[in-house]
Amino acid sequence: MTANDRSTGMPAEQASRQDLLLAIERLQVTLPPRRRGEARRTVIHDVSMQIAPGESLGVVGESGSGKSMTTRAVMRLLPQGASMTGRLDFDGQDVMGMSRRELSAYRGSQVGMIYQDPRAHTNPLRTLGDFLIEGVTLSGQMRRTEAEELACDLLRQVGVGDAGHRIRQYPHQLSGGLLQRVMIVMALMPSPRLVLADEPTTALDVTIQSEVMAILGEQIRERQCGLMFITHDLDLAAAVTDSLAVMYAGVVVETGPSDNLYSSPRHPYTAGLLASRPHSERVERPTAIPGRPLSAFEAGPGCVFASRCPFATQQCHEQRPALREVDGRNVACHRVEEFGADLTYQFKEAQ
Amino acid sequence: MTTEAESPHLLSVRDLGKTFRLPGGRDLVAVDAVSFDLNAGESLGIVGESGSGKTTTARIIAGLESATAGSIDFGGRTLGGSGRSRSSAREIQMVFQDPFGSLDPRQRIAAGIEELLGLHFRFSKSARRARVTELLEEVGLGAQHADELPRNLSGGQRQRVAIARALALEPELLILDEAVSALDVSVQAQILNLLIDIRERTEIAYLFVSHDLAVVRQVCERSIVMNHGRIVEAGATADILDRPTNAYTRQLVDAIPRPGWRPKRRLNAAG
Repeated sequence: MTANDRSTGMPAEQASRQDLLLAIERLQVTLPPRRRGEARRTVIHDVSMQIAPGESLGVVGESGSGKSMTTRAVMRLLPQGASMTGRLDFDGQDVMGMSRRELSAYRGSQVGMIYQDPRAHTNPLRTLGDFLIEGVTLSGQMRRTEAEELACDLLRQVGVGDAGHRIRQYPHQLSGGLLQRVMIVMALMPSPRLVLADEPTTALDVTIQSEVMAILGEQIRERQCGLMFITHDLDLAAAVTDSLAVMYAGVVVETGPSDNLYSSPRHPYTAGLLASRPHSERVERPTAIPGRPLSAFEAGPGCVFASRCPFATQQCHEQRPALREVDGRNVACHRVEEFGADLTYQFKEAQ
Repeated sequence: MTTEAESPHLLSVRDLGKTFRLPGGRDLVAVDAVSFDLNAGESLGIVGESGSGKTTTARIIAGLESATAGSIDFGGRTLGGSGRSRSSAREIQMVFQDPFGSLDPRQRIAAGIEELLGLHFRFSKSARRARVTELLEEVGLGAQHADELPRNLSGGQRQRVAIARALALEPELLILDEAVSALDVSVQAQILNLLIDIRERTEIAYLFVSHDLAVVRQVCERSIVMNHGRIVEAGATADILDRPTNAYTRQLVDAIPRPGWRPKRRLNAAG
């Protein structure tokens, strides 16, 4: 087994990796070229993040940042022709080296997935009951009656009344908020150790979002389950997760404890994101980041954020900074030591 | 306010109602007895969740939908439901959430704006061209974007084009339906600032439909909150957000994620 090989003669720092639920290290993903003669497209340059058992990690980024691609890499559900380098360990097991059989057990019982649009991920011609029990019965984890009982039980826990009636209904008979709760139940059916939630509340109204997040949080805490929460909403992520990873153009630019990172960002992009949100408590002109978010394959050789960063120097444009530890978190910025504690303010001043 | 009552409102909506007939003969009341006024140059927010009737209200005012009850006065005239004259169509413009869906995929940006200008104004060809350049500049686009197709522009740029097209017709009222909702945060701030700047430069009034209270706070002095087709609260935006008097408004305000916020679960889940 890979895990055993690695436990012998490993550096002390890496030994702690054994205790992690999910460890992604220097992940890079490239896709085949769109046209002949073109180069392969990089969609993830350099992603490192970790989730301890029972920990919730928020992955925050704008479009093209590679946050969804990261979840697909974790599930090994990348588009055809994609290639992946780096390390991806789940519970000490090398995910990239898994056989088909191992992979199917891993996807089927270890990791649950919740998507943004529940309607696109349910079959309109099949009842919710069929949808909920299919995975666990096909993989032989449960018998049908047992699975149905569990499904009803879980539906009641997430606040869906009359579960026995609901499992005979079809997706179109439920509202978006209700259907998203069914998706949460779907993800929890096999008692996974990690749940990946990709923008699970983005399509929902704010009051429903609050409710769905509360339910998701409850269930995750009760089960001591790890959570990877993908979102574009830094405020929401900071409020509901233990730690955060901020992504831009296929690179993790900053990771750290949520409170800490939110109240005093150390990477200019994190500070820029915070400065550009409209203020909910007073009228204050938001500070926009000039330009548009770049996709990973558009990034030059230097720092991926250099083209929009007010603090960028020659070095930033030429040399890509790696994540390094600063103040109890990891930041990928050449100039991080020069910035003061209130980088958000400095960012606003610099614009 | 009493002093302003003497000057006639730009827009007066009275007891507006819209009932959709559903298949099977049931009625769905989307908008129910909605009344409000909007002064020239003012910015009014319509806030609510999906199904609140905020978009239907906006679409009726824009002439894209006809009301089943009530009346709309605009600039001293009463507007018919649909089939409006070209001039009243010009005076009220609308910007939608998804600019990709509202631009012709095969028409270049400048050509599209020129066509609009030709339809509504008597401009010489060279004057039209000059006006297009001016409009693109006004929304932060350059000459290099003039001959692009919509698909070659980013989401933020496309929304700038949609705003330029609306401004081209020199409207008195601009209806913005979730106009910044689909944009990335860093780009949303740019478009928000653009909208704030346009109001400072011009006399255009905004009817700003949004589910995002923080965005509404930045753009609108006054707001109305809608729920199930009815107005549940109206007043100064700051008052509504800081001291909501209606239970539903309070729920909306409490649901905004912010530092120290904890998501809340209602006691009973409804269908």
